[in-house]
Amino acid sequence: MTLKEKYQPIIDAATQAGANLQVTEQNDVLYIQGEVPSGAVKDKLWEVYGSIDPTFSAGDLVLDVNAAVAEGGKVRVITKQSNLNIRKGPGTDQPIVGKAAKDEIITLVSKSNDQWWLVRTNDGEEGYSYAAYLEPLA
Amino acid sequence: MKKFQIISMLAIVLLLAGFTSCKPKDADIQKAVETAIAANPDAADVVATVEKGVVTLTGEVKDEAASVAINGIAAGVKNVKSVVNDLTIAPPVVSAVDSAIQEGLVDALKDHSSVNATVLDGVITLTGEITKADLPKLMQKVNALKPVKIDNQLTVK
Repeated sequence: MTLKEKYQPIIDAATQAGANLQVTEQNDVLYIQGEVPSGAVKDKLWEVYGSIDPTFSAGDLVLDVNAAVAEGGKVRVITKQSNLNIRKGPGTDQPIVGKAAKDEIITLVSKSNDQWWLVRTNDGEEGYSYAAYLEPLA
Repeated sequence: MKKFQIISMLAIVLLLAGFTSCKPKDADIQKAVETAIAANPDAADVVATVEKGVVTLTGEVKDEAASVAINGIAAGVKNVKSVVNDLTIAPPVVSAVDSAIQEGLVDALKDHSSVNATVLDGVITLTGEITKADLPKLMQKVNALKPVKIDNQLTVK
């Protein structure tokens, strides 16, 4: 079975959701990259991935998909339970300039950095937050 | 005397004609080369042209090994004098920078204190332990760092 066949259910789920992902294979690793319409679709793809490789340990797939969100759009804070730190610059070494509560909906200002998005809280605090804890609202 | 001249000239003409017809035609060589390299799946974007028995290969292949292999196939075709290899190597899908991944890992692992990660040549190696619930969350963050590969050796608790 080729890698593409192995992970075809992920590609199929993305296609069904209307996402057109880039699929490439190099040195026995399959790369699925691109943008999906929402955070829910991203979660779905990861669920499918988990059903193929429950421990995510085969080492033959890099699944790098992001939920589409326009700058100026709304994102939900999806931390486990704590507040989300908003920092002066992109990085955990940067001073904290504000916080957003779990499940709070805040505004995405800029995605110029892949991992750290510039956000603005409803109180007008602006700074960088870790993108993995922000879920775009469809 | 004149008769002899005509005969000898005729002989020369015939000889020349015969020689030319024996000489392999570039078009035929090209066809043979195209057929030969078509058998190699990496040669889908390769174009072969032939001039005076010299084959020129152009187009893009995935790596150096494919370039050498296709060059060899072309060189082995009958009547090919030599091969000019103008094939280009496709740029890598991911060109990971360890320092950038390393920086990203610091942030990605912040909430997963029982996980260790190292990066070498774009390959992220994860060791330590993690809960089943946290594993997909960590993997999403790590996959987003654009690694070449993820070697997940985590123990799932």
